[in-house]
Amino acid sequence: MLVHLQGPWSPWFGRLTLGDIPYTNPVIIFAFLFTVVAGIALAVPVLYYRKLGYIFREWLCSVDHKKIGVMYIILGLVMMFRGFIDGMMIRTQQVTADGPHSPGFLSAQHGYLPPAHFDQIYSSHGTLMIIFAVGPILTGLGNIIVPLQIGARDMAFPRMNAISLWLSVSGAMLIMASLFIGDFSTAGWVGLIPLTELPYSPSVGVDYWMWALQISSIGTTLNAINIITTIIAMRAPGMRWDRLPIFTWTTLSTNIIGLTAFPILGVALALLGADRYLGTHFFTGGQGGNLMLYTDLFWIWGHPEVYFLVLPAFGIISEIIPTFSEKPLFGYTTMVAATFAIAGVAWAVWLHHFFTMGAGPWVNTFFSVATMLVGIPTGVKVFNWILTMYRGRITYTTPMLWSVSAILMLLIGGLTGIMLANPAINYTVHNSVFVIAHFHCMVLLIAFAIFAAIIYWFPKVFGFRLDEHSSKRFFIFFVLGTVTVFTAMFALGFMGETRRLDYLYDPQWLPLLIVEEIGIVFYCISVGYFFRMLYVSIRDRGRNQCGADPWGTARTLEFLTHSPVPFYNFAVTPHVNALDELAWRRANGHADTPPDHYEPVHMPNSSMIPVIIGVLSFGFGFGMVWRIWWMAGFSLLAIIALIILGSFMPDPGYTISPEEMREMEAQHRAPGIMADSHPPHPAAEERLV
Amino acid sequence: MSAPKSTAGGAVQLWEYQPKPHDPVSTKTLGFWLYMLSDALIFAGLFAAYGVLDQPMNAAGGPTAMQVVHPVAAFWQTLAVLTSVLAYSLATVALKAGSRAGVALGILAAMALGLVFLGLELNDFVTLFAMGATPERSGFLSVFFVLIASHGLHMAFGLLWMLVMLVQIMRFGFTTEVVTRLLSLRLFWQFQASVWVCVYVFVYLKGIVP
Repeated sequence: MLVHLQGPWSPWFGRLTLGDIPYTNPVIIFAFLFTVVAGIALAVPVLYYRKLGYIFREWLCSVDHKKIGVMYIILGLVMMFRGFIDGMMIRTQQVTADGPHSPGFLSAQHGYLPPAHFDQIYSSHGTLMIIFAVGPILTGLGNIIVPLQIGARDMAFPRMNAISLWLSVSGAMLIMASLFIGDFSTAGWVGLIPLTELPYSPSVGVDYWMWALQISSIGTTLNAINIITTIIAMRAPGMRWDRLPIFTWTTLSTNIIGLTAFPILGVALALLGADRYLGTHFFTGGQGGNLMLYTDLFWIWGHPEVYFLVLPAFGIISEIIPTFSEKPLFGYTTMVAATFAIAGVAWAVWLHHFFTMGAGPWVNTFFSVATMLVGIPTGVKVFNWILTMYRGRITYTTPMLWSVSAILMLLIGGLTGIMLANPAINYTVHNSVFVIAHFHCMVLLIAFAIFAAIIYWFPKVFGFRLDEHSSKRFFIFFVLGTVTVFTAMFALGFMGETRRLDYLYDPQWLPLLIVEEIGIVFYCISVGYFFRMLYVSIRDRGRNQCGADPWGTARTLEFLTHSPVPFYNFAVTPHVNALDELAWRRANGHADTPPDHYEPVHMPNSSMIPVIIGVLSFGFGFGMVWRIWWMAGFSLLAIIALIILGSFMPDPGYTISPEEMREMEAQHRAPGIMADSHPPHPAAEERLV
Repeated sequence: MSAPKSTAGGAVQLWEYQPKPHDPVSTKTLGFWLYMLSDALIFAGLFAAYGVLDQPMNAAGGPTAMQVVHPVAAFWQTLAVLTSVLAYSLATVALKAGSRAGVALGILAAMALGLVFLGLELNDFVTLFAMGATPERSGFLSVFFVLIASHGLHMAFGLLWMLVMLVQIMRFGFTTEVVTRLLSLRLFWQFQASVWVCVYVFVYLKGIVP
């Protein structure tokens, strides 16, 4: 059954040999040194301040939805930084490799990256940005905000929530490992078939890509189950469906997509894996395989996945614009309807990713019309946002700046999308960088919303505001970079530049490529300001402390409790009386009315099992990639054993007594996210082991 | 108590001091239904792949469905899986009566019939392998084996789960957690049976239609 591989294989190390570590490649050595320095920079303070136990106990073993969300966001930001470096390298390669007379550096004929290395970089850029950057950040935001917005104490399944996180982390770690051990896929983030088949990609690159996606997609599916159950079953009393905050609505719709789309990705990757490991013929060119089957299965997931990312971004914008316009959201009901319309149509548009594959005019027409239909609910959303701002009392804080620019990005990305939905146009520009510029406008709109959300909700989670001065500069340079790079890229698309080129044959493209590189410089400056924003904010945190509602005009339930949010979320479960509960309480003079007494509160205990499952699933992935069967087999059996073992140790949780709660609330020393969550609890200590 | 009295008064209620506790059984069952939905999508993907690859072209000169499926033999499998579900359902009837022995007996019977099902399936695979019909032979045989083996893998996990539940019933009795798991397992087992019915119709019965 097992495919017979060429090249060495040993039972202990599988395919792994010393020669698989690319220690001769200067680019990778630099990346390695950078990673080591960054790792030391993190490890030294942790060890110096003796915080290792704290981090393990309070973060790695935590089942608190806010901490899990923060860890998701940190994971996403780190991966986004790596994806950004990949993007920077792609742009720099293209500007240095334009025309036959362009010089070659290092081992490349043109530019500084040989083709095989360049291909790995664009593949990892796409995979990282979509699956491991934007995905985890939005999941993390949903994790933090949704239970707060619906007045819940935690997710429906806290321990499974932690398992989802650690599965995503282990997928991301597999991609990190591919940087230094072996190589990464050269077949793009979509896994171009049949390039991903064993005869054409015999190295471990495709396996890394495949297992990283597979493991993290299991995490996403579990998280979708968790969030949907939480929203349906854990709402506070009075939180009727017509009072559900819009971000919660979009998270619900996005996770319905996640729940139904990710299994299809799992099938596509599993069948590809069967081809690569067991020698089957699902997608091979010969022996009765069908290439288009992979392409269809992949995009049946792939297109809903795009809406999986964009819908929460719409939700974020819909939360921020009312807050800073001091008006309720215009057209709440139509907004919800539009969200679900987009989520529904998401299922009937996948073929527009390959109009030119020759499915025939009727099929193309169906998918073309379906794709254009998406423009209607999206248009509804844009008008709703604009009418929310109309005659509002607008304050241009940074989250608002990001949100308004996101609408403009949506306009550019959306209108070019409608152009591409027309098969006649699509035949002309498909595979050109015009398409790249289009979908980067869409994903950058998501990035804009993400930065808006991080700045908007950061004070809620950490109790102090981010520095406005540097965050505005971060915003300005990021937008400048975006406009510069992608305006030029739209033009280059019309001039005929195709995507994924490591060498560009037309010297006339050079001026616009230089413009793009200037845009990259702007992006670099903005990244600098991002780090400055974090540094200044943390340094001046004493001065930027904020109360329950840091913005003064927030409308939804999460701003009712303290900032930083205590580990129990709400001392007493709020009773919801209106849509935009906080705005209602403010208008009726109840905003500062605390509960008059407290009742016992039951909380879940931390658990080591999720993080161990994460480590083991990395072991499983790594073993499968290198065909180290004992490692993969042991990890898989250990995961199953741990899950069974876990089912024998039900979590009794612990109870916060009314006295404890009154003390914490009255002295306003409710422990925030950075503090030890709870005075060491005898039962909790015991259960950790 | 130093906390100020609520100024709300009257009709407005701001806090819910004793919220109705969330029903753990219904919450977990909802979560499990959602998981089953994602599992259904996995099978939907596999059935779609089967539909695509069940063409004469995809047999690549090797055996076609007509030559590898035996609906009569597979009927015994169908019978085994459906009676297994019946046995499990009898276990849940015993669960209502709170009879530990009755539940254990029902689960044991369900496991035995599940094992019969898997044994018949393995036997079928061995026969096919012996005549040279292996997954490597053609695109059609790849999807044939992977679809059926995916279902078989689910059945095997169901059996493992039953084994765990037998131990938990003996050890913990019918606690909320155990009962929730028994109900989820019933859902899982019935779902796998319905998937098998689809396999039987779309693979075995459709296979003999020329």
